[in-house]
Amino acid sequence: MKYTLSILVENQAGVLSKISGLFSRRGFNIDSLAVGVTNDPTVSRITIVANGDEYVVEQLEKQLNKLIPVIKVKRLIEGEFISRELSLIKVHCAAAKRFEILKIADLMHAKVVDVAVDTVTLEYCETVEKINTLKDLLKPYGIREIVSTGTVAIDKGKAEVTV
Amino acid sequence: MISGADIMVKCLQAEGVDTVFGYPGATICPFYDALYDSDIKHILVRQEQNAAHAASGYARARMRPGVCVATSGPGATNLITGIATAYTDSIPIIAITGQVRSDLLGRDVFQEADITGACEPFTKHSYLVSKTEDLPRVFKEAFHIATTGRPGPVLIDIPMDIQTNKIENFEYPEKVNLRSYKPNTKGHTVQVKRAIELIKKAKRPIIVSGGGVLSSGAKLKLQKFADMTRIPVLSTMMGIGVMPSEHPLYLGMLGTHGRRCANKALHLTDLAIVCGARLGDRAIAAPDQMSERTKIIHIDIDPAEIGKNVKVDIPIVGDMNNVLKNMIENVGDFRINDEWDAQVKDLKAHYQSKISTFEGFVEPRTLIGKLSSMLKSKAILCADVGQNQIWCANNFRIREGRFFTTGGMGTMGYSIPAAIGAKLGLKKRDVVVVCGDGSFQMSLNELSTIVQNNLNIKIIVMRNYRLGMVRELQDNYYNGRHSATVLNDAPDIVALAKAYGIDSVEVSSNEDAEKYIGKIVESDKPFVLVCRVHPDTPSIL
Repeated sequence: MKYTLSILVENQAGVLSKISGLFSRRGFNIDSLAVGVTNDPTVSRITIVANGDEYVVEQLEKQLNKLIPVIKVKRLIEGEFISRELSLIKVHCAAAKRFEILKIADLMHAKVVDVAVDTVTLEYCETVEKINTLKDLLKPYGIREIVSTGTVAIDKGKAEVTV
Repeated sequence: MISGADIMVKCLQAEGVDTVFGYPGATICPFYDALYDSDIKHILVRQEQNAAHAASGYARARMRPGVCVATSGPGATNLITGIATAYTDSIPIIAITGQVRSDLLGRDVFQEADITGACEPFTKHSYLVSKTEDLPRVFKEAFHIATTGRPGPVLIDIPMDIQTNKIENFEYPEKVNLRSYKPNTKGHTVQVKRAIELIKKAKRPIIVSGGGVLSSGAKLKLQKFADMTRIPVLSTMMGIGVMPSEHPLYLGMLGTHGRRCANKALHLTDLAIVCGARLGDRAIAAPDQMSERTKIIHIDIDPAEIGKNVKVDIPIVGDMNNVLKNMIENVGDFRINDEWDAQVKDLKAHYQSKISTFEGFVEPRTLIGKLSSMLKSKAILCADVGQNQIWCANNFRIREGRFFTTGGMGTMGYSIPAAIGAKLGLKKRDVVVVCGDGSFQMSLNELSTIVQNNLNIKIIVMRNYRLGMVRELQDNYYNGRHSATVLNDAPDIVALAKAYGIDSVEVSSNEDAEKYIGKIVESDKPFVLVCRVHPDTPSIL
């Protein structure tokens, strides 16, 4: 089962290692992790996407809550939150193929951020699923490099994760 | 102007610390220099690990945090086992370590070790102090975190320049301000109500009591609740001492090395009320079977313990004191039915251990039973780890005293330093150590500390020239292949004790052992009594 945790922490040195250590010590892998400061500069928000059964997730939530700098842990409910990842994708692009690749970018609403003699670099901010689709579409042209951020997620509507 | 080192001493004084255990070194020298002029007593141990164990013994005896101090690098890393032991056993200690100068951090200079990183998995919290101004807040928070909620160790790592820098003035904060740390101690009233309803419906309820009852100081409330309802009580190893051993409702320690009547009761019950226990694998070997057989109410201050090892029907997060108070007020005149009452009495009578003896050797279980009645009723027994621990757990008859052992971590060598801490915490109490010849040799260097501080601690070494517990495992599961569990005849422990300046004698019968115990309990000097035990003497029946 894939799950997404939103964690509010004190914005201090060493917090990230406490949290990632907690996963690795218990033998759990993290699929994706993203950290950033919130509207309150003393608070950072960590979004973790990982896999595990109900027992594992419940244990993790409890163990995370035990860490002193952790202010709040919330498991986001499937279908009730928006999530995004940002990818920069550099594709091999011979002059003859440029039009095709730009067409794909246009179709998928990806932004062209760099064009060179034989490469095109696209910026794509979307859900993991859509990013995967774009990767599949670009694969035949030869993907040179991909760099992605971790997933960030926020509740839809009124629901929120705040101190 | 006041230096960081002076601030550290003032913080300890503000927290009411009268004794610290430690071992100096270069990077903690500023603190030791400040300590030199203070009224805080420093106990010099002979290895840093024992400073942490001594702080643990002190904390358990005094019901307040113990403090240990070490230098950077190897001094700090030597503390780790002691810190980890306190973490698993949920004992509040404050570990203070010196660190290399802030500007040298990360350069791998002499005696530099990332101790906050290394201790991450087994400290409740840790600090690497970056400003002298932060020291008062850090100390205030550290003591608060160590003692509230589920108790545990907190590490404060202080670079040398933070200790030597001077600031304008010292002010100790009155309150802590930690928005992310607010342990729930109250215990949800609705959950308590549901628990009481379940208790009233149960036919064969039992109470399983753990170390949490002792650390929250709720032992008398637990006794009262048991007395009111006549529900029988079992304890985990950390919970020994919750009930007087001879109490009619007490069935003894449960688990793989527990008493048969306790395990039998656990098997028969239809409702286990688990109080301040985490139900580790040594207590409940088959947690899934247990939750299928019986309903479970689990009361603990640490929400992460509830549902971790055993599936629970009614979870209650809260301090044992508050929850038991609430339960006592709401249980009314409920008493267990006569049938279960009779069955419990019957269990107690029928499952008494029969002990076989070996001619020419001390029978340790009988001796420990006897020892209990020869000590004052408030005596503290510090048992080490191994067969000696099981012999003590099942045979020492506690009245108003305490039983200190590391039931969670199982760290060999714990008993002697823990006894040093306990004795310095409660000077008037009888403090007795029971250890094996393996565990004795893990901390025998502390005999020096005992002598230097003139501590009246009696040490009973159960000598079978074996690492008995592992040897027993080998007998049972490894075809009796005694790989690395046979100790040779060295050292001559009697001569060794005498070399340290402690009187000692070796005995090979219970009669002689009792004769010497009778004599030594009257004396105010330490003593090492070496008891020859037959290697085939088992842990349990």
